[in-house]
Amino acid sequence: MAATEEIRGVGHSVKRLEDARFIRGKGNYFDDITLPGMLHLEFLRSPFAHARIKSIDASRAEALPGVVAVVTGELLAQHSLAWMPTLSGDTQAVLATDKVRFQGQEVAAVIAENVYIAKDAVELIEVDYEPLQAITSPQQALAEGAPVIRDEKEGQEDNHIYHWEAGDKEATDKAFAGADQVVELDTFYPRCHPAPLECCGCVADVNPATGKATIYMTSQAPHAHRTLFALVAGLPEHKIRIISPDLGGGFGNKVPIYPGYVVATAASLLIGRPVKWVEDRTGNLISTGFARDYHMHGELALKGDRIAGLRVKLLSDNGAFFSDAQPTICKAGLFHIVTGSYDIPAAHVETDGAYTNKAPGGVAYRCSFRVTEASYLIERLVQTAAYEIGADPAEFRRSNFIKPEQFPYKSATGFEYDSGDYGAAMDMALEKLGYEDLRREQAEARKEGKLIGIGLASFTEVVGAGHGAEYKIAGLRMNDGAELRIHPTGKAVLKLSVKAQGQGHETTFAQIVAEELGLQPEDVEVQEGDTDHTPYGLGTYASRSTPVSGAAAAMVSRRIRAKAKKIAAHLLEASEDDLEWKDGRFSVKGAPEKSTTIQDIAFAAYTNVPEGMEDGLEGVYYYDPPNMTYPFGTYAVAVQIDRGTGAWKVKRVVAVDDCGVRINPMIVEGQIMGGLTEGFAIAAMELIDFDEDGNCIGANFMDYLLPTSWETPSFELGETVTPSPHHPLGAKGVGESATVGSPAAFVNAVVDALAHAGVRNFEMPVTSDKVWAALNEVGLAE
Amino acid sequence: MTETATEQAVYTKQLNVTVNGQARSAAIETRLLLVHFLRETLGLTGTHIGCDTTSCGACTVLVDGTPVKSCTCFAVQTEGSEITTVEGLAPAGGLHPVQEGFHEEHGLQCGFCTPGMMLTATALLAENPNPSETEIRWALSGNICRCTGYQNIVKAVQYAAAKMREGS
Repeated sequence: MAATEEIRGVGHSVKRLEDARFIRGKGNYFDDITLPGMLHLEFLRSPFAHARIKSIDASRAEALPGVVAVVTGELLAQHSLAWMPTLSGDTQAVLATDKVRFQGQEVAAVIAENVYIAKDAVELIEVDYEPLQAITSPQQALAEGAPVIRDEKEGQEDNHIYHWEAGDKEATDKAFAGADQVVELDTFYPRCHPAPLECCGCVADVNPATGKATIYMTSQAPHAHRTLFALVAGLPEHKIRIISPDLGGGFGNKVPIYPGYVVATAASLLIGRPVKWVEDRTGNLISTGFARDYHMHGELALKGDRIAGLRVKLLSDNGAFFSDAQPTICKAGLFHIVTGSYDIPAAHVETDGAYTNKAPGGVAYRCSFRVTEASYLIERLVQTAAYEIGADPAEFRRSNFIKPEQFPYKSATGFEYDSGDYGAAMDMALEKLGYEDLRREQAEARKEGKLIGIGLASFTEVVGAGHGAEYKIAGLRMNDGAELRIHPTGKAVLKLSVKAQGQGHETTFAQIVAEELGLQPEDVEVQEGDTDHTPYGLGTYASRSTPVSGAAAAMVSRRIRAKAKKIAAHLLEASEDDLEWKDGRFSVKGAPEKSTTIQDIAFAAYTNVPEGMEDGLEGVYYYDPPNMTYPFGTYAVAVQIDRGTGAWKVKRVVAVDDCGVRINPMIVEGQIMGGLTEGFAIAAMELIDFDEDGNCIGANFMDYLLPTSWETPSFELGETVTPSPHHPLGAKGVGESATVGSPAAFVNAVVDALAHAGVRNFEMPVTSDKVWAALNEVGLAE
Repeated sequence: MTETATEQAVYTKQLNVTVNGQARSAAIETRLLLVHFLRETLGLTGTHIGCDTTSCGACTVLVDGTPVKSCTCFAVQTEGSEITTVEGLAPAGGLHPVQEGFHEEHGLQCGFCTPGMMLTATALLAENPNPSETEIRWALSGNICRCTGYQNIVKAVQYAAAKMREGS
């Protein structure tokens, strides 16, 4: 067999293998699944943010022809299912029993023959509520005498959830005492929502004959969800099969377990028929995992142009149930990456969380466990500091960057950064933007009364959790498995524990196997999402697929290659020590004409193995990362402000990313552009807000604004490559870098346009009215 | 949608349409949405539902060549029309240039917006074979994509436009 064709492994922009079905409308999303006898679930949701439930009368709904059952919290309580655990060790109501605690909370569920009847029936359920005072901010929640939202929890006498600290308080106080100058920033990272285009939902099918529960559900972490289902419902784990089919986006929204999954499964179990739950958009926006809602206060202690210390105080609005998706080790997620890309000798972080009458969540919207908030704060702070000492924001960053020779670098809050060259990434971004020229243009424009702003963000992210001994979710070690089978004809199936939501795993992971074993990516089928047929692992979020699962795929391939080498030695009648692996084949050193390919070896593995060797060519590898990975980059944004309206327009966006080795550069760039768009959206328009009664403003796509092709700017991309020293391929993960890094760059740009007039802050989303008010305040309005 | 009883009277009507070149006829509830008619009654699940409020465009299909958001259109409103869904975009065994463009230019990630996006693009190119970037961005501004950032979608449409001009 000739193997002259170049193997399209790592570094090739292979066109996506999964596209074939999507462009033909042949994707298989959960809502495309119809099972015989399937029923439909529709929720009655609370109109109040905080109210006691006095009674529920479902008789008219139950009497409607086509309605099979109405499920209430009371019914679930009889099966101990009215409450479920959250990812943060709290509890969450599946269906409300005593009180409703946020607007949109699930109160009852109708199970009917079709969704139209189910919706009709929901309107016939009568609930008698006694409204209570709604708490809509953590400040209000922690005030003296505030009504206790979680009064059902034993020992819970107020709305406080946790207090947590990291870093060295004493050393930090000392740094501040000796500072030349202290710079402060108070800012709020508003509540936003990942809003994947496909809402959440499931088809739960509990087979009455076998007792097996097959649940097709929108899950970014099917294995973890299976284990949680087993623990919640008391079902034996081998009798639960979670299938996460094609997902129409996730961005963290499909990490938690929602009441819909639980009620649909319980209903299927009780009724003996499959039950489908399709969340509508309003349900998605008002009840499922939101992101951010973080009040932040940061201070930098400055010694000349160097940062000597960082002090941070945070207040988190967690909604009615504490369900942050985060590793158990750190209660504010990975906020303690807050020192960013800077060599800051002393830092101290304090954070408190509070219950409010808002939807629970605290998921990471395209971010790793609160890294976005941390990155935003430090990048806004360094820009503020630069203005205060009269330094150029780029030069101030450069003076304080962790230097390449300092890696591996131990941060003041205890992280070990694996590798980085922050100056190189910033230099490239500045050059691409034409920073010096643009600064001159800005000065000239000001003379003519025009306002241009330039914003930078030189972010560092921490992704790829575990390692498993330290990082766990719900007690489960954060590692991932990969299983690889090479069939006799040299075609392969790779089974993974993670689950793509658009990231292109079927291509990228096939390329990893291609690289390691000399197969073409088209000859590797990647399978994910079915817990009966894939190895265990914690799933896809926090940019962990490539750092963890990608490493598992490389390692299982290498394990197979080791066996392949023994078979090759047998086929070539040579000693293993005399073989070399090059260009996707084993050959005898010094005699390249004596060689064999993986296809020949695969066939021999089932037909002609050496004496004493076990047949077959397959393996499993569980990868427990030794450390997390630290992607970084610099984003540079230029904006122009309309002095007559406060509207700001993006003129340029330059994004230089360093995510280590890029497996599929095309897919990496696609991830970055998508992330930049979501970062822009958060900076400019996305907002889940509430009125004083706890009514959600942002409950549909007319109120919760998402950028279209019309508003979204164009992006200019660049790359530097600093491999991760501990990842087998040198890769770091990239899915979230742009969402983590870019909001600060956009906001910094708008601030920069008005910085000469003393403006230091805008709160996101930076809408025209806020800029207009500032223009008026500083006398620059036209 | 066979069970029809509610506390109010239920109205049904015979619907006759052509879907992807095939005559289709069914007795349906008058309140049945076009998207449910396509997905549930006809089993054409390539048309997706993203928002329920005509905002996101995931449900876009062509009704007599015009992009229509099928989640806020009653099926009965399309009586006598010719409807094209993503399943009807490609010639047998091949790909429409727009489909090809989305693949070649990495114009899709999760694929959920893709059918609607491609149908809107197809309608644009039928009207304007050589659109500028601004015209493409304006034409697609009723279709939301959460994954790609649009830049590659614009390139995909440009790819298709060039290919179609070549072929015509």
